Amino acid sequence: MNGSIGLIHYLVVAAILFTMGVLGIFLNRKNLIVILMAIELILLAVNINLVAFSAALNDLVGQVFAMFVLTVAAGEAAIGLAILVIYFRNRGDIAVEDASRMKG
Amino acid sequence: MIQAIAFYLFATVTIASAALTISSRNPVHSVLWLILAFFNAAGLMVLAGAEFIAMLLIIVYVGAVAVLFLFVVMMLDIDVAEMRAGFVRYLPLGLALAVALLAEIVIGIGAYGAGGIELAARTAPAAQPVPNIQALGNLLYTRYLFIFEVAGLVLLVAMIGAIVLTYRKRGGVRPQSIPRQNARRPEDATRNVNQPIGVGVEL
Repeated sequence: MNGSIGLIHYLVVAAILFTMGVLGIFLNRKNLIVILMAIELILLAVNINLVAFSAALNDLVGQVFAMFVLTVAAGEAAIGLAILVIYFRNRGDIAVEDASRMKG
Repeated sequence: MIQAIAFYLFATVTIASAALTISSRNPVHSVLWLILAFFNAAGLMVLAGAEFIAMLLIIVYVGAVAVLFLFVVMMLDIDVAEMRAGFVRYLPLGLALAVALLAEIVIGIGAYGAGGIELAARTAPAAQPVPNIQALGNLLYTRYLFIFEVAGLVLLVAMIGAIVLTYRKRGGVRPQSIPRQNARRPEDATRNVNQPIGVGVEL
């Protein structure tokens, strides 16, 4: 053990980050951009978990999948921001509270 | 010892900047705090021995995604003050939910740590004969080759989707038409005249 930092420490950090992402989604209902950033935080927590387990189990597959999560996160950010831009173009604001107009 | 100090430093700054990301008044500040969170998470990953993922995190997130966010934030003309309305209203419910979720996860981790599953709880993997990047490449280009290609396809679809979503035809502009330009011959456009002296030119 290096200075008594173990797997548990990493898992707790990832858990706090994940919770902050969920809290961010809850708090910023008027701001779609911050909601997207909160989703990025959640995916970052997932990545920290994957890397921590990969290091703890001495198995590189966790890091490979962390890379795939990173890829999907980048694609999701691009598509989400594109949707955000056309949403703003159509409505003039980015509040998601009354976004039911998007159907149809 | 130095690892512990570095871990706690990185972890504290990551969590603090995540908190500021979701509570910042200005979306631009949110993006900047998000970048700080990503940097420190990359530090955490370096500590865990995953150098390649850490560098990827900085290049992809800080270099591409965060800049994308910044561009969109600056492109949209949003009223910041109006956007904060409802923050206080959702605070109790959101906090309760977050605390419940965090308690669940921490209790789960505690149970996992107390349980009989014995893992090698080390921060860094043992010194490998090959570097981290080489080992990752060996795995990625052999066993996970097809998943890797699918990841590339996902990125391609995301790119095309983003272009299709945001593309719009503007009225009132005169775009260049390559076929029309190529189809135009010199005899359509020019004319030779044997101009008599003292007579005006007829255009």
